[in-house]
Amino acid sequence: MKTITKNLVKTLLVSILFTSSVFAAEKHVATLRGEVNIDAQKEPSTIANTLNTDIKQGRNYPMQPPIIPHKTRNYEVNLNSNKCMSCHSRNRTEESQAPMVSVTHYMDRDGNFLAEVSPRRYFCNQCHATQKDAKPLVENTFIDMHTLMKSKITTDNEH
Amino acid sequence: MTINRREFIKANAVAAAAAVAGVAVPAQASNLITSSDVTKLKWDKAPCRFCGTGCSVNVGVMDGKVVATHGDIKSPVNKGLNCIKGYFLSKIMYGKDRLTTPLLRMKNGKFDKEGEFTPISWDAAFDIMEEKAKKTLKEKGPEGIGMFGSGQWTVFEGYAASKLMKAGFRTNNIDPNARHCMASAVGGFMRTFGIDEPMGCYDDIEATDAMVLWGSNMAEMHPILWTRITDRRLSAPHVKVAVLSTFTHRSSDLADNSMIFTPQTDLAILNFIAHYIIKTDRVNKDFVNKHTNFRLGNTDIGYGLRPEHHLEKKAKNNGKTAGGSSPINFDQYAKFVSTYTAEYTSKLSGVPVDNLNALAELYADPKTKVCSFWTMGFNQHTRGVWANNLVYNIHLLTGKISTPGNSPFSLTGQPSACGTAREVGTFSHRLPADMVVKNKKHRDLSEKLWKIPNGTIPPKPGYHAVLQNRKLKDGELNFYWSMCNNNMQAAANINEEAYPGYRNPKNFIVVSDPYPTVTAQAADLILPTSMWVEKEGVYGNAERRTQAWYQMVEAPQGAKSDLWQLVEFSKRFEIEDVWPQELLDKNLSYKGKSMYEVLFKNGQVDKFSINQVPTDRLNDEARHFGFYIQKGLFEEYASFGRGKAHDLADYDRYHEERGLRWPVVDGKETLWRFKEGSDPYVEAGKDFQFYGKKDGRAIIFALPYEPAAESPDAEYDMWLSTGRVLEHWHSGSMTQRVPELYKAVPDALVYMHPDDAKQRGMRRGDLVKIVSRRGEVQTRVETRGRNKPPIGLVFMPWFDASRLVNKVTLDATDPLSKETDYKKCAVKVVKV
Repeated sequence: MKTITKNLVKTLLVSILFTSSVFAAEKHVATLRGEVNIDAQKEPSTIANTLNTDIKQGRNYPMQPPIIPHKTRNYEVNLNSNKCMSCHSRNRTEESQAPMVSVTHYMDRDGNFLAEVSPRRYFCNQCHATQKDAKPLVENTFIDMHTLMKSKITTDNEH
Repeated sequence: MTINRREFIKANAVAAAAAVAGVAVPAQASNLITSSDVTKLKWDKAPCRFCGTGCSVNVGVMDGKVVATHGDIKSPVNKGLNCIKGYFLSKIMYGKDRLTTPLLRMKNGKFDKEGEFTPISWDAAFDIMEEKAKKTLKEKGPEGIGMFGSGQWTVFEGYAASKLMKAGFRTNNIDPNARHCMASAVGGFMRTFGIDEPMGCYDDIEATDAMVLWGSNMAEMHPILWTRITDRRLSAPHVKVAVLSTFTHRSSDLADNSMIFTPQTDLAILNFIAHYIIKTDRVNKDFVNKHTNFRLGNTDIGYGLRPEHHLEKKAKNNGKTAGGSSPINFDQYAKFVSTYTAEYTSKLSGVPVDNLNALAELYADPKTKVCSFWTMGFNQHTRGVWANNLVYNIHLLTGKISTPGNSPFSLTGQPSACGTAREVGTFSHRLPADMVVKNKKHRDLSEKLWKIPNGTIPPKPGYHAVLQNRKLKDGELNFYWSMCNNNMQAAANINEEAYPGYRNPKNFIVVSDPYPTVTAQAADLILPTSMWVEKEGVYGNAERRTQAWYQMVEAPQGAKSDLWQLVEFSKRFEIEDVWPQELLDKNLSYKGKSMYEVLFKNGQVDKFSINQVPTDRLNDEARHFGFYIQKGLFEEYASFGRGKAHDLADYDRYHEERGLRWPVVDGKETLWRFKEGSDPYVEAGKDFQFYGKKDGRAIIFALPYEPAAESPDAEYDMWLSTGRVLEHWHSGSMTQRVPELYKAVPDALVYMHPDDAKQRGMRRGDLVKIVSRRGEVQTRVETRGRNKPPIGLVFMPWFDASRLVNKVTLDATDPLSKETDYKKCAVKVVKV
């Protein structure tokens, strides 16, 4: 526990130092562009592949919709069919061993449970997306509530 | 076989996950933390930071950090749902490169236009701003000062900015990025109804029989409204959905009638529907006779380009006469639209006759309730106001308006395009509550409510968004403050206008933003800005719903809200610095006061004590200025609209409600305007009353199809359309910093028909450049995926800061609304 907290503090310190030193003095501040003038352009990277590892990614918080850990190319979700449901619906998961869509998906606008997935949840890609094999351009310093809780407990124990 | 493959992957997945985590063996079962002292989250409501839908979000805070967000179950808009962007709101404030100190371009310790960005204090930042603003005032007068604002500003921020510019600096050169987004919708409302914003509301979706999307991809751009449309379509099988677009996209997946039309021919299709209604004798004559007038609009109005452009020289009505019209009768109107036969329209638009007839029948059939939805397809259009007028025509001819399920609905793109940009009137020609600067009565009333001398507000409309960039380039707009937007990425034709404009040595450019955007890079001074729940706010969504939120977390140290920046900067000026002597001589009581005292410490804005801020609430601005500034600004602003069909409730009530739709009269919101029984402003016995017009009648306009400003030719042989994507909010400055959203759609690709690619010797993934007469941009070819353009058209979204498609686009605008057409210009695509 202690080591984890120490490491966290270290990471935080490093990130604070890093942040404040980023803008010592420079011309190119637009992080998402890299060191490139506005009237120039760096060569676009190749189209990244969609990750297809089937490795479940941790969620940032319990209510976050999970990302899709596999390819969905040619999956049709339209007026006539919903390919995602052929694995993720309640009566298909035993066969597919895919996670069942969460119970919230059976609720209508007023919170009543329906016998089947609510049509308001019909288009899966409104909340769920695949991930490309691309490295984020900027780090995100969002802190998981679990990390905060753990550090609180550790601090309490130390006192 | 499939299952085997998956099983194989699964077995490997465990090992791979362990390797990533850097542990050799599975971690021991961890103890669950259950103590409520530790697990407790503080939850509060806020409208989503992104689109104009206006979903309410529950925000979970722990130890001063936002740690979770989810859809607000109590909100009538989204009932517990969010789109993927909304679900990741928790992370938008935590990009590692948040700005925390003002940055000034300096060389040898001094400001230098070619210098490097150097950290300075807020005091030093305001020093240089003050110096540059005063210099500009001296050399050019108020017209040399300008501001570019936002439909993402809170209501108070837009209001304070508008007041600072129009009453303080006495310049109307303030315009919001909403000009790019719904100025044509405003123009359409004012022209047809004489009052802005939709008559209906989202409840129409659950009440309707048919929904028509006009050039709007709601599945990606208004995802939560799309869930409501999907819900309605799939749960009530008689409901039909028609989708019109210039390329196939995700909204087409739900369409019973999917129509791909040649760009600009939507104007003809709209007139065809009017003709079909008349020809099949389904005009609601009673409604039309009682509640409408007919007018013939002026044509050949130009394309809003620079006056020396050959298209402007050629246009007959490209000046003040562009918006003119003359009265006609029904028969003349019927004759006017009769040329738009199914066959003619089909030939022009490329939409088969059967599809056109099926579409028209949805409107014509008196038994079918119908909603029309549109956003950028109509609004970003060199005939955008016309397109808005024409869609109202077909709802008015059939009387399908202002009643549940019958709704011409203009959607908005930004969270407060309605609430801030439109209602507050942060446009170069507007004042609050639909008033305009050129109307003396409106100026007089505004001056009275603002407690400033008569004659303070200049009568001439200022520079609108596109004109601002041109005036920067021409060196006429010398002190320029850009706030809460990213116009170096968002404006069209940045190569020829915005970029040389910002970098013109005559100009001093200030950019306020939480992140170092492309626009920030083009600036001279960057101000670090707090965002969303780091401040208290009010937004107004597309269905007239006003929503408030409290500040929930502290901004990173050094970052200040737009409101703080605007009001604090006003302290730098004595009123003598900004108002002419003759104005002060006539109004001696203002002499010796600071601009801050005149505008903000005026007995109204500072009326509400700091004690009214709940003690358990953060409110950095109120505590800094010493009074409840947000409430004071809101209440002063609300005084413009109360009793004038723009009534807002008391400020405090918005903190309790999941928003209220104005006009709020006797504490009750209004769902359908202009209809007796649901709108308190309609007089008894009138049934319908379009009270924005003096005679209570809406106008049906006869307006033709006219071609686009630029169409493909032998050299530039393709249409280029730009637009947005579901996973990113506009220019991506927030969402590109959320790893999950970045990895969902990391780069802007050019979507192209496979045959077009093949013909040019290209394959998916090839490096290409899109070239127009104005510039070029490189990207990779995508021939599959969510967008499927027809042959002859390519689509490239504009969220990608590293691939600026707006180097290519054309800054042609609707001459009436001054809104840019981002959907049509001519390009060639060549292999690199």
